[in-house]
Formats: sequence, C-alpha cells, structure tokens
Amino acid sequence: MAVSTSKFNYIDCDPELCIGCQICEYVCSYTKNGEYNTYRSRIRTVRVDEVLITAIACRTCENAPCVIACPQKALSQDPNSGTIRIDPKKCDGCAWCIDACDFGAISMNHETRLVEFCDQCENEPEGPQCVLWCPKEALALTTPEKRAQKSRRELIKQEVIGPKK
Amino acid sequence: MFGYSGKILHIDLTERKHWVEEKPEEWYKLWIGGVSMATRLCWENITPGCDAYSPENPICFANGIFAGTPVPVGGKYGLASKSPMTGLIGDSLSGSWLSIALKRATWDGVVIHGASEDWIYVFIDDDRVEFRNAENLLGLGTFATEEAIRDDLADDQVRSATIGPAGENMVRYANVTNDGRQAGRTGHGSVWGSKKLKAVSVRGTHGIEVADPATLNKLSFDITKAAQGPHTSKYRILGTSTNVLNMNKLGLLPTRNYQEGVFEDAEKVSGEFLHENHKVKTIACAQCPIACEQMSVVKNGPWAGAMTGIEYECLFANGPNLGVNDMNAVIKLIEVADQGGMDAMSMGISISWAMESYEKGVLKKEDFKSEQYPDGIELSFGNGEGAVAVAEMIRDQVGIGKLLGQGTKIASETIDKERGTESYKWAMHAKGLEPAGYEARGLKTFALGSAVGTRGPCHNRTAAYDPDISGEVDRFSVDETRGELAKSSEEYAAVYDTLPLCKFIRRCFTGSADRAGAWPMIVDLINATTGWDLKYEDIDPIGERAHTIKKAFNIREGWKREDDVLPYRWMHEPMTIGPSAGHFTSSEELEYLKDLYYKAKGWTEDGMIPKKKLESLGMPDVAEQVGV
Repeated sequence: MAVSTSKFNYIDCDPELCIGCQICEYVCSYTKNGEYNTYRSRIRTVRVDEVLITAIACRTCENAPCVIACPQKALSQDPNSGTIRIDPKKCDGCAWCIDACDFGAISMNHETRLVEFCDQCENEPEGPQCVLWCPKEALALTTPEKRAQKSRRELIKQEVIGPKK
Repeated sequence: MFGYSGKILHIDLTERKHWVEEKPEEWYKLWIGGVSMATRLCWENITPGCDAYSPENPICFANGIFAGTPVPVGGKYGLASKSPMTGLIGDSLSGSWLSIALKRATWDGVVIHGASEDWIYVFIDDDRVEFRNAENLLGLGTFATEEAIRDDLADDQVRSATIGPAGENMVRYANVTNDGRQAGRTGHGSVWGSKKLKAVSVRGTHGIEVADPATLNKLSFDITKAAQGPHTSKYRILGTSTNVLNMNKLGLLPTRNYQEGVFEDAEKVSGEFLHENHKVKTIACAQCPIACEQMSVVKNGPWAGAMTGIEYECLFANGPNLGVNDMNAVIKLIEVADQGGMDAMSMGISISWAMESYEKGVLKKEDFKSEQYPDGIELSFGNGEGAVAVAEMIRDQVGIGKLLGQGTKIASETIDKERGTESYKWAMHAKGLEPAGYEARGLKTFALGSAVGTRGPCHNRTAAYDPDISGEVDRFSVDETRGELAKSSEEYAAVYDTLPLCKFIRRCFTGSADRAGAWPMIVDLINATTGWDLKYEDIDPIGERAHTIKKAFNIREGWKREDDVLPYRWMHEPMTIGPSAGHFTSSEELEYLKDLYYKAKGWTEDGMIPKKKLESLGMPDVAEQVGV
C-alpha cells in the first residue's frame, strides 16, 4: 500500500475499530457544505469483503503528487499544516490530481467543477468534526511518527500482557 | 417540506416504464415511513386477493424520515408485498445504505409493478430509471451481486438490494439482501424471483436538508455518545447471540425442532463461545454508532473460510434447534442462507422439521438423495454435515430441497397427504411462518403476541416476552392484563418500525426505554427533521395506525379470527425438562387471550375493525373497504 512520508498531521483511521457507519461522511459534508451528502464528503469510508473497512482523507503527503500533477498550478501545500490549498480561479476541474493521488482522497464537486480536499476543519474551534463524532474513536488527527509510536506501544503491550480482546 | 421529497416512484417491469406520484404532506403525517408507509403503498397498489407470485403483487419500498442524516440507527427502509408464506401482509425492515441512496435520489418510496420476461435489474440513477440485463448476475450470491453491480456501474456509492440463488429459484422464504443485511422473514426474495428482478440499485447524489440542522446535530451527537455506554453493551460486545445461554437458563431455548427448551450443549453454540473462537470483527449498519453484527469465521475443517454475521435468531434455528453443537456447521449453515439469500430462521426450522420427520420414520434416508449423496442422508438431529448438504439443496432447489424450500406448512401438508402421516403436529409454523427463538410455551403473554402477529409469529413485531421474562406477570399462567400488554408491546414496536429506528437504541435517549423515556426525544428528532410540531401524545397513534393498516390489509385478503393460532406443538404438548417443563397454551387459554386482546384493540369479538375506529385513526377509505 502507498504510504505517506509526511511530517504533517492527517486524519487516520484504525481499520480494526472502524465499523463502517459512515457518520464521518455525513458530518463532513454538513460541516463543509451545509448538507448531508456522502458524495460531498472529504473523508470516504471504504468497505471491501464485508469486514475490511476503513476511512480515508487527505494524507498531506510531502512533495504532494497532486500539487506536482496540477497542470494549471492551481494547487499548493500549506507549509505549516501540509493541507492542500486550491486556487478556484485556476482549477479547471481536469481531475489530474485525482489520478495522481495514491489514496483516492480527492473528490470532485460536480456543481462547482472544483476539486475538494480535507482541510482538517481548520476553521472549527473543536478541530476535525469527524474525529469528534466517530463513535468508536477509530479516527484520529495524527502524524506517521505518532502512529508509529502508537504501534510500538501496542506491540509491547501485546507481548507483555497478551493479545487485546 | 423537509425530510420528504413528496414523491413516490412507480416502476412497471412489464411495460418497462416509470412514473412519479406526488403525495401531500398530510399523507406523510399519517404514514410516516418504514413498514407503515410500505404497507400503505401495498394497500393502495395491490389487486386484492391476487396470488403473491402474480404481477399484480407490487414490491413497495418506503424510506425513513431520518435516512441520510446523522440520527443514529435511522438508516433503514421498509419493504412490503403480499407474503407467499402467509398470503397476508409481508412487511420487513432492513438496515441499509440503500435507504440513504434512495433519499438522496429524492424518493420517499418506490413501487414496482408487473413482472419482467427476462432477468433484469433496475438502476435508479437519481431521477433516471434504467432496466439493465441481469443474465450475467444469475447464480451469484447476495454480496457478490452487489459487488458485480458496483463494478458494472463503476461507482462504490451505488447501493443495491439483491436476491441470491434462493430467490432466483423461488425458495418460498427467500430474502432480499443489501449490504449484508436482510429484509427477511416473509419471502420477499421469491416475490422478486417471480418477477425476474435480480436487484434494485440506487445512486443518489443530492444533499439532504432538514428543518433545524443545529438541533438535529446536537441531539444526534448526544445519542451517538450515549450509544457507547452500558445501554448497548449487550449488542456491542457479544451481540444478540448472548441470548443462547440466557434462554437456556429459563428453559426457553428451542431445541431439536422445539421439542424441549433446554440444550445440553448450549455452551458450545453460545454467543460467548462465538466471541472467543470465531469472531473477526464487529460491523455496523448504515448510520449506526452501536454496531452489533458479529462477523464470524470458520477457521478449520471442511468449511474453513466460511464467514457471515451471526445473531441469535439464526444461531438458535441452526444450532440448538437442529441439535447441532458444532459452531463450524452453524456458521456454514448461516452463510449458506445469507449468501444464498434465504431466511436463516425458516430454513433452520424447515430442516429441523425434516430431522424430526426422519427420526419418526416419516422421511427416509433415500428421500435425501443428491448427486453428492447418492444413497441419501441419515438426517438425525445433530447431523451438521447433513444439514449443510440439505441447506444447499434448498438453495439450489434440487431433491428434497424442493419440498423444504416451501416452508414447514406446505412441506408437512404435502407429505401428510402423500404418505398419510401426521407431521403437521411438529410443523412449527403459524399462518405459514416459522416462529422466533423464544419457546412460547413458557411465555404466555408472548404466546398471545405471536398468535395475533400480522405477519405471523414474530419477535420483532412484538416484545411481549418482556413482561413475561422480567417477572411483571407470571409467565406460566394467563390473566386479564395480557390483552392490554400485547397491544402495548406491538404498538410500541410499530413506532420504531415506522420511523424507522433500530430498537437497540431504545435505552440511549434517557436510559429508560419506556414511552416516557423514549417518546420525548423521538418527538424532538421528528420535529427537527421535518419542521412539524408533533407532541408527545402524537407518537402512540403512529404505532397504532401502522399496526392497524397491516391488520386491515390482512382482513381484505380474507383473514379470520381462527387464523390467529399457534403452532400445533405449542398448543398440545408440554415440554418435559427444564424450568419451563409442563406448560403449553391450550385452545381455551388462547381463545380467552384473543378475546382480551381484540377488546383492548377496540375491535369486535371476531377481530374485525369498527368503521369508527378506522375513521378516528384518519383512514376513512380503509373504513369504507373493511370496516364493520
């Protein structure tokens, strides 16, 4: 699987905890667009084979391939947060960025003909709404390094205490 | 109008055309959604008295108010047709993304008329309707069909309700399946099969707007968080399968075709055993923060890799009820039912009837011949391997499967006529439907609830076992309170089935599941979604009206008082072991209970509905047709 090499925060989903309820998608589309519509959500749940379930949003890759791929130079990456900015005057909806994204995390708004990215709810005082709502705490705003640390801690717990029930 | 589009989509499979019917807001205030609106659509669109398999029997979908919003467990749809099992109303609910896709395609309901000559599936793409060839989908299991359609249409957000091979082959109790969930019990899948309809697929791209999103979000957030607490821990951790040991302790776990209520190997097929040894993941329905479906896998042996969601009703029917103590066989049996698209309860009980018939010499080894078993099968209780083989014969409609795929009523009547036997005495059905996994001989209030069920004996449409099990009443005797209790329970359930909301959320509103605990927040949720001004006292009539339209439908199809019965065994044979031994519901007791119930409902002694009653519930057109 493609891996983000980012130092930036991104919305991460633990597939062991995700139950596939899609509440994150309703909350996202409402927060960003004022309507409940999974087609307008910037986080997407994915279900394969009934039990393989997770959710994916922008991974804030370093040297983001979407930015590099954009022929109109409409995309840029915020140097502090790593989120992707779009210049609506330049974007012509060609979807090359969607092609370039290894995570399938970019979606097209068919009404505005502009692409949309997770911005980690930067304007919400409580932070990412999907993380706040997730009933199983499967979602977290994290970095690859924080996630690795969590994995290491889980591993040692399992080795000492035994597998989690 | 918020919460509704005001539009019902009609599709004619015979003529391959569609049209739109607009409904006024007043109509929605009466019928709301779910099983209530689905039944009402069936009432309006069926040719009364038609055969369940005729083109005149419509398929009626009804959405829910809350589908596609963050309201927890509000993503469900109702499905209604005349049932080929009972000849009465067949109303089911399924938790699903399909309801949400339909909502976003701006349809409050869909009515499918007629029948196709060739196998097709219907694709509802917002307001466009397409009839697509389904030849290449034939034989595919339910989940595989959904995946194939998503591949065909290249969109992961297309949601489908499908039938499996059992529906194609018109197994009478075939289901309609979506997202691994079933619109089960009453044989919808075979109705679809009779119309050569393999699937209904929906893509909805419109956003959903509600009247007061800030309030709705706040309420939904609080319920979502409350749903992680002790009020749902039973469902979240072990799921409903935890009932195996609970029922066994009370002597109420149907064992070996309901001969007894205690299974000596209950531990080996318990929810606890499943959790320890087979569970791989817990998953949720659409829009559900609880997640009760325990996905379970067979790890070794001949069925290694078999995987499906296990809950109590399927588990009792294919475990203790077959005398099977091998969880691998139970999981495989339920997988055959789920992927084949048939009702795992009716399937298990049809097989248990065959097992008892074999042990009593009514069916012989050679009756179970197949390609795989040219000498037949010794189908005694406990033979898990034989049961799996028979389940596959039912799904594929070969050999004995042709008989057992008709359900226990027709199977026993056929054999008794042919062989002069009395297997009807252990054919576990009432009105043609196999009962739930609660031994009603030790639950007298539930016995009444089961006997009067509009779709047959059912654990979802009534929870009349609650006062029995909680000790509110003596579960082994009858008294004058039971009519009112049965009425109250079925109408409470009907409110949830109409909105629809999953009943597993019932304690999460305030901690108390009774009307006083649940109705105030349900009022707030409805009003925030629709902008209506409902009050507490408006909720009970929603349930009463929903139940009454189902009953009225049945009366128009010829229902009579004598149809409210229990399976022969529950009325004649006491169990011999366990805490519920010695009890059954005699004919005299049942008639007394029915008198109490009809009186509580405000009906006549014959169980008919007075015109005035129907008019007071806002259905004068129904009063005109069936009122007395």
